[in-house]
Amino acid sequence: MPTIATDAAGLGRARAGGFVAPALILIGVFLVFPALWTIYLGMTDYRLTGLAAATPSFVGTDNYTAALSDRHFTSSLWLTLEYVLGSAIIGQSILGFALAWMMRKARAAVRSIVETLVLIAWLMPSSVISFLWLAMLDRSGGTLNTLLHTPGFNWLIQHPMASIIIFNTWRGTAFSMMLFSAALQSVPPSQLESAKMAGANGAQQFRDVVFPHIRGHVLTNTLLISLWTFNDFTPYLLTAGGPNHASEILPVFIYNRALYGGELGYGAAISLIMLVINLIIALVYLSLLRQRGPGRPTRQERRATAAATQVST
Amino acid sequence: MRALHKTAITATGLAAALILAACGSSSGGAGGSGTSGAATPSGAPAPSGSSTGTSPSGGASGTTPGGGGAPVTLTIASNAIVGGKNDQEASWITNWVIPNFEKAEKAKGVDVTVKFQASGVDDEQYKAKLALDLKSGGGPDVFAIDGIWVGEFAQAGYIKPLADVVGDSYQDWDGWAQISKAVQGNASFNGKLYGIPVGTDGRVLFYNKKLFAQAGLGADWQPGSWADIISTAQTLKQKLPDVTPLQINAGTAMGEATTAQGFLPLLAGTGVSLYDNGKWQGNTQQIRDVLTFYNTIYNTDKLGDVNYQLDAKGRDESFADFAAGKIAILAESDYLWRSVIDPKVGIDPIKDKVGTVGYTLIPAEKPGSGIRGQDFVSVSGGSIYTLNPHSKNAKLAFDLMTFTQSPDAIKARLNGTAQITERNDVNAEVLANDPMLTFASQKVLPLTTYRPSLAEYPQVSLALQQASADVVSGTSVADAEANYQAALEKAVGKDKVISN
Repeated sequence: MPTIATDAAGLGRARAGGFVAPALILIGVFLVFPALWTIYLGMTDYRLTGLAAATPSFVGTDNYTAALSDRHFTSSLWLTLEYVLGSAIIGQSILGFALAWMMRKARAAVRSIVETLVLIAWLMPSSVISFLWLAMLDRSGGTLNTLLHTPGFNWLIQHPMASIIIFNTWRGTAFSMMLFSAALQSVPPSQLESAKMAGANGAQQFRDVVFPHIRGHVLTNTLLISLWTFNDFTPYLLTAGGPNHASEILPVFIYNRALYGGELGYGAAISLIMLVINLIIALVYLSLLRQRGPGRPTRQERRATAAATQVST
Repeated sequence: MRALHKTAITATGLAAALILAACGSSSGGAGGSGTSGAATPSGAPAPSGSSTGTSPSGGASGTTPGGGGAPVTLTIASNAIVGGKNDQEASWITNWVIPNFEKAEKAKGVDVTVKFQASGVDDEQYKAKLALDLKSGGGPDVFAIDGIWVGEFAQAGYIKPLADVVGDSYQDWDGWAQISKAVQGNASFNGKLYGIPVGTDGRVLFYNKKLFAQAGLGADWQPGSWADIISTAQTLKQKLPDVTPLQINAGTAMGEATTAQGFLPLLAGTGVSLYDNGKWQGNTQQIRDVLTFYNTIYNTDKLGDVNYQLDAKGRDESFADFAAGKIAILAESDYLWRSVIDPKVGIDPIKDKVGTVGYTLIPAEKPGSGIRGQDFVSVSGGSIYTLNPHSKNAKLAFDLMTFTQSPDAIKARLNGTAQITERNDVNAEVLANDPMLTFASQKVLPLTTYRPSLAEYPQVSLALQQASADVVSGTSVADAEANYQAALEKAVGKDKVISN
């Protein structure tokens, strides 16, 4: 009987629906509705103030065509790419892995000190951290200028992207470090020993023994941190997108245009573009996850990612 | 090992959810903000708003309908915070207005509690926060806004004419007789009054007399043209290499300060008004002259420091550095004099203010080339107090608003300092104390210009800021001008732009 196969709990359609309903309502109210609302707003000339705030009119795809010819939007898209590549994929992953690798055989005391320090950067509230960095980078009397004997050098103006990339690398490395140190523990020591006895050097050990075991973790890590970094708003607290849009990554661009400039409709259109990019990243990840193989992510990781992508969209 | 692994992953998942929730609320909030609470599940306002430590929609929510014996809560909001921005106003509201108003109402048998919603942020952020509150039907009962926002707030329905909110009885307030029609215009839109203007101001060039003396320049400076400003700044640059000779606001980071203190006084000096006969100044010779002047200051002659214009906190830095004697000439509103560098209430006090800081009228491009054929020009504006149309106690809110603008209240706010207030009776008394503000009211106000009180103005202002930002960061005047023209056409429509 097909009913036995599809209705193992014997609840029946209505009661099963009753159990799912609360979850569906939550998803509908907090996820589907805002997304649809964003699509609708993106097709209007809705503004924060003025006539268009009281009576917005439908403009179809005008906001999207406007975005394509908006020099600030296209540059913002590139800056976001630069930011994700620089701070997440290169910065956090590599630094995180390097720390995890070095701490593997370090003494317990050293290890816990390093881990605590790195974690603190990650755990402190963004506002606090930004103030610390503003103080450090301040052009008159900042710590960095004092150390380097470069008084009056304005880091956030001269190197805005480099500053926020290094900032975010410093801030977010803890996650990669933790994930990789957990992953490295799953590499069987016996295999490493055998490889050593067979005469494999460090690079060969890494390529042939370590990497196959942590491949799935690398994937999880890269995609999770790219998603977060893509949506990261914290650089606003350092540069507010300046100087003259030079560090205006997409979330900051949306904030500046939608709230600061009052163009809510345009902001919604850009938000939708961001949402689509988020979805693409998530889909790529989910499809990669389905590929079986050694070192594939655990169920917890899959759940974490699924939760993460849901919230982000 | 296993346990650690699990913990790490759980922590990751949790962190993932938290971080993305935070991100989601900022970018998602931009899209559907205000209209549906669903877009911001955490209830967090715009991220910058959270730094002010005030809850956005807490406004009138505590208000009980009715009145007549039942306790009432009113909220008053301003971009002022004790110990920070506009400390004088914030302290006055907290220590004078609230206790005295509550006492006066109690004597009448009304049990009212007034709360102050403080902010200490950029004006544009304050504006966004207010607009979102009002859009969602919340917001404070009485609040301060810049006079140039009246048009766009009124068109959006966030504020309504006093006649609609309070009824015709608003005319009974005896203060109106003391406020000139010109100043009332700052709180009006389409001929209707939306609130009470809170004083006005004027723009001048401030300069540091001590630095001038060190550079061998006289303490009485009166430049007659832009060329005079440049040549003085060049002398300062030669004689005092460690000092920034000249700061004229530019860039988007400074917001309206760029337009009011920088672009518009310069534009008035070329002889045109930004908006005239239904048309806005687009790619015209006058706008190009202003941008070329910026280019001379910041690029060709390097007389100004572009860092102040591009840095997110540039205006605050320019205040601090002017007070510290690191900037010689600064174009600012009299606000600098009475609030920022004031030894008593200032955030960057200068002890011997009168002996150190000089002020002079802003010259036109050439003598006689200014608007209305003037030799000197200025720009004025000012805040207003207005009422929330959703207020459940509009009459009482109106009483609170007028209470703050009684002669006693204004004098309590000024507390011995001076400001050009909206009331003629108070001005006669307080301005005599202060040479600069006497100068501002007698010499600056007669030749000043006001910004167009139109809903499109803030967008035009933003386009002007962007044009100056482009020029000071190295874009050619021609390219900046072309971008400006495009942005302007988008904001107001092609048929409302003149160019030549």
